[in-house]
Amino acid sequence: MTPTDGGPGEAPPVALRTEALEQLLTERGLIDPKVMNEIITTYETNVGPLNGAKVVARAWTDPEYRRRLLQDGTAAIEELGFSGSQGEHIVVVENTATTHHVVVCTLCSCYPWPVLGLPPSWYKDPAYRARVVKEPRTVLSEMGLELDDDVRITVHDSTSEVRWLVLPERPAGTEHLSEEQLVPLVTREVMVGVAKVAAP
Amino acid sequence: MDGIADMGGTPGWGPVRPPRRDEPVFEEPWQGRAFALASLSGRIAFGGVNLDAFRHALERLDRAAYLDDGYYGRWLGGAELMLADSAVLAPGAIGARARNLRGEDVEEPPIPEPAVPDYAPSAEGSLRPVDRAPAFAVGERVRTKAMSVPGHTRLPGYARGHTGTVEVVQPAFVLPDTNAHFRGENPQYVYSVRFDSRELWGADAEPFAVTADLFENYLEATS
Repeated sequence: MTPTDGGPGEAPPVALRTEALEQLLTERGLIDPKVMNEIITTYETNVGPLNGAKVVARAWTDPEYRRRLLQDGTAAIEELGFSGSQGEHIVVVENTATTHHVVVCTLCSCYPWPVLGLPPSWYKDPAYRARVVKEPRTVLSEMGLELDDDVRITVHDSTSEVRWLVLPERPAGTEHLSEEQLVPLVTREVMVGVAKVAAP
Repeated sequence: MDGIADMGGTPGWGPVRPPRRDEPVFEEPWQGRAFALASLSGRIAFGGVNLDAFRHALERLDRAAYLDDGYYGRWLGGAELMLADSAVLAPGAIGARARNLRGEDVEEPPIPEPAVPDYAPSAEGSLRPVDRAPAFAVGERVRTKAMSVPGHTRLPGYARGHTGTVEVVQPAFVLPDTNAHFRGENPQYVYSVRFDSRELWGADAEPFAVTADLFENYLEATS
C-alpha cells in the first residue's frame, strides 16, 4: 500500500504526486523548499563526471598518483576534493589491453556519485542491470564496444556500499597532451567500462 | 528480497539503451523534486538516514510502480512508502492532494498519529570499525548461502549457492539485512568474491568473471 492508494479512478501521474507530496510536507514544516533546491542544484551543477575525469587525467599524468589511486581509491579521490554521499569507499580498477572491467548494480543502481554524479539512464535501465552480469561481451558490443576474444572481462556488481570506478587506458597519441587537455576525453561511459577513450 | 528489484540475469528486457551525449541530470523538473524529496524522506520518516530502509521500500513497490514510473518515480514511491510506514502521511493523502491540485474537490484524510520506528544510527554513513579479524582471506574459496530471505538482503538471487574466490577483503559496513528493518547495525566485513561465469550461468556461458561485494553472513567456507 502507498499513500496514493484509496482514491477512485487512476493513480495520478508522478509529476502531480511529486507536487502533492512536496506541498503536504512543506505546509507541515517538515521540509524546506530551499534545502530541496540546494540538493537539486548540487547534483545538476557541482557533482558530475567531470570530477571523475579529473581523477583519471591526474592518474594518466602522475604515476605516483596512479599508484595511490589504485591502492586506496577513496583517499586519492579525496585528495582532489571529491567525497560525500555514495563515495564512502571507492575502489578503482584499471583497464589494460588484456583486462577489461565493467561496473553494474543489479539490485538497484548504485553508482559512485562524488566522481560520476547521478547515474545516466542506460545504467539504470533493466536491460543493462539484468544482462551485463550474464552476457557482458554481447552487451558491450550492443553499446558499441567490441573487445578482442583474448581480453578478460570482469563485471563488478555493486551489491554493498563499495563503489567501483574504472581507470581507462590512456589512448595512444595523447603523450603530448597536458592533464587539462586530457580531461575532456574522459566520459562517464569509460569510467563505468562500457566504452574506451577515443583518441582526440 | 526476491522480487522485481533483483534483476541480475533475468530474461526478457530486450536490448540495452545506447548512451546519450549530454543527457540532462533530470529530464523533467519533477524528477529533481522527487530526488530531493526522497533524499530527505528518511529524516522525516524515522529521524535519520537509512539507505537500507529506503532500498527495501523500493523493493516493496509492485512491478508496475517499480518499472512504469521510471527511476525517479520509483524514488518517489519509496519515499511515499516510508512516510506511510511511519504514519507521517495517512493512506490516500497524496492521492487526495494530487486530485485537488488538478481541480477536483475531494476530502483529504486527517494527519495520523506518527508511528516512527526507534532508530538512532551510531555514526554517519555505513562504514563501521569492528574489533575482530575477517573470517575469510584473499584467495580463499567460499560458497554463498542458498538462502531466500523474506526481508531485505544484498545477496542477489543469481549469486546464491555458488562457489567463488575472495578477491578483496573490504572494510566492515552496516549489515543491510537487519538495518533496513531497524533491527540493528551488526557491522560485518564485506568480501569482493570473484565467480567464474560458468559457475553462475553454466558451461555455455561467455567466458568472463563477476565480482559481487558480499557480507560475511552470506558466505561459508568450502570444505
